[in-house]
Amino acid sequence: MISVSQLSKRYGYRLALQGVNLRVRKGELVAMLGPNGAGKSTLLRILAGLAQPTAGRVEVAGCRLPKQATGARAQLGYVGHQPLLYEDLSADQNLDFFARLYSVPAAAARIDELLELVGLQQRRREPVRGFSRGMLQRLALARALLHRPRVLLLDEPHSALDLQTADALDEVLRAQARAGATVLIASHDLDRVGGLVQRAVLLADGRTAATLPKAKLGRRLPAHYQRALEQSHG
Amino acid sequence: MASTSLDPKPRLLSALNVLSALFMAGSIYMVFFYAPMERVMGNVQRLFYFHVASAWVSMAVLILAAVLGIIYLFRPQKKLDILAVACIELGLVFAFITVTSGAIWARPAWNTWWTWDPRVVTYTILILVYMAYMLLRQGIEDPQRRARFGAIYAILASITVPLTYFSIRIWRTLHPVVIGSGSPSAEGGFDMTRPMVWTLLFSLLAFSVFGATLLWHRVRLGWLADKVEELRMKALGR
Amino acid sequence: MASYFSAVLAIMRKDLAAEWRSRQMVTAMLVFVVLVIFIFAFTLDIDTLTRRQIAAGVLWSTFAFAGTLGLNRTLATEGERGSLDGLLLAPVERSAIYFGKTLANLFFMLVVEIFTLPLYAVFYNMSLAQPGLWLVLLLGSWCFCSVGTLLAAMAAQARSRELLLPVLLFPMVLPVLVASVRASSAFVNGLGLDYALSSLNILVVYGLIMPALGFMFFDFIVEE
Repeated sequence: MISVSQLSKRYGYRLALQGVNLRVRKGELVAMLGPNGAGKSTLLRILAGLAQPTAGRVEVAGCRLPKQATGARAQLGYVGHQPLLYEDLSADQNLDFFARLYSVPAAAARIDELLELVGLQQRRREPVRGFSRGMLQRLALARALLHRPRVLLLDEPHSALDLQTADALDEVLRAQARAGATVLIASHDLDRVGGLVQRAVLLADGRTAATLPKAKLGRRLPAHYQRALEQSHG
Repeated sequence: MASTSLDPKPRLLSALNVLSALFMAGSIYMVFFYAPMERVMGNVQRLFYFHVASAWVSMAVLILAAVLGIIYLFRPQKKLDILAVACIELGLVFAFITVTSGAIWARPAWNTWWTWDPRVVTYTILILVYMAYMLLRQGIEDPQRRARFGAIYAILASITVPLTYFSIRIWRTLHPVVIGSGSPSAEGGFDMTRPMVWTLLFSLLAFSVFGATLLWHRVRLGWLADKVEELRMKALGR
Repeated sequence: MASYFSAVLAIMRKDLAAEWRSRQMVTAMLVFVVLVIFIFAFTLDIDTLTRRQIAAGVLWSTFAFAGTLGLNRTLATEGERGSLDGLLLAPVERSAIYFGKTLANLFFMLVVEIFTLPLYAVFYNMSLAQPGLWLVLLLGSWCFCSVGTLLAAMAAQARSRELLLPVLLFPMVLPVLVASVRASSAFVNGLGLDYALSSLNILVVYGLIMPALGFMFFDFIVEE
């Protein structure tokens, strides 16, 4: 579903990614771990078609990027650092707008279903301006799921959530993966995503450093990664 | 030391330096000693040769910058961007010379430094447009984005500037048209004698060579500045 | 093709709906225009005849300043630093985003014009029953918004973007302003179509070229 080989991204004189390789199969739940500035967000933005690769081969949902980006975008859900919602519109209006952009069939029913899923049914008519960070994050998830994407990309999705909502998010993501979606989560918090994912890819200094299978997702990270991750917490 | 290790100065460029110095000296000589004094205007008319020549250089390099912009959008290359910036800086300098020399000439010819004449206004707007281009570039950190936006702005500018001219031209013009047919209301026009034509042609040639030399120097400077930036980023670790 | 237009319309409608909720921007633009009308009226202490002659110039400079306020604002609502990320993620052509935004900006500008024109009519003693004047308003505003949206998208990604936009925009829209002032002036002073024709030509040419360039170049502005 996601296949990246020898990907490099240059911002000006700075190499954000160099020679990154990554493969995620259909229905897999994978975490991308790394300290801040390791290039996780850049990689997700390239996969989402928001940034152009400088070199290398990128394929998402069977579409080559950046050539077939429009095709890839139709099958792709993305939750980034910003909620990407419109403050002056209500939750309903926001989802309705994105449903139009994605040409979602039977949009009204789908919107009901998603607002139920993220627990925002009661406040669907209020402007998003008054929402808390956690509620925005949940609505952003609903926006990302609106068009039933086959690939889900999430950038630190747990960061603004309390424990209970974070667990609920995990449940949603597991259900998505069971239904056949491919889920890639960028995080610096192994404790949070360790129990959720099937394997983790480590990213450091813009390179893929190692892959940790499920069995190794306990606490036994290589010492220097552990240290780097801990530093980025603070 | 730096010039030998980093990027030696090309021999052709040194030759061009000498050539443009000779041409400029030749042009100055012709303007002051070969070209006859114009009957009505007197000596002030001699400014005309520099005025037209610098206007020509500024137009040529600004159009070149727009062409480079189009090429850049389809084939992004750093050298195109460096050349485009050099063109626009040079164009600004020569446009400034054009307006200033025009104002000095206008004082005796039209009895005023400044007039709201289509050509004068358009040329001033042109300077403002390209100053905005410089500000735009200054505001963007990412070099690729800076180059892309610069390319687009240069293309837009190459279209609005002539449109500005046409939009104001509906007013009657004071500006003389020496080459081609003149407007009946133009003031300060004159018929060129043969030595005047030769002087003008030689000035155009001299300014072109001079402009090309400056352009090359500016491109080299841009190229070196880029290398310095790259080395600095390397030295800083990322 | 149908999905292209529905995307353009969806983006425009979204902007209108958002503005309808807060009415912040249009209100600010309206108040600004009224203020400028008064400032011009008091600072240019002139007789009725002159006032009528300069009416078109005052009209268009005011609309241009108000329009700039709107342009800055509609891009600021699109994510941090006007990144447009939410729209860029959707499977729509980038140029559809450009046209959607341009149409929304045009709508806001026309609303401001419609609400303030009666004031001009009263203060500058001019008649509004001129189809030609309405045509000029529509054409001139379209030209202004088509290039303004393009430049605002660029300025949004630069430092000091609110300051940068007018500097980028005003020298670029000068032909639009000059031609609009001329054409409006011709209609307001009852000179008829003949006097306005050459200016209208310039507006039509500008109003075709600039959107075409926006259509071609918007991808390059929003991509990273």
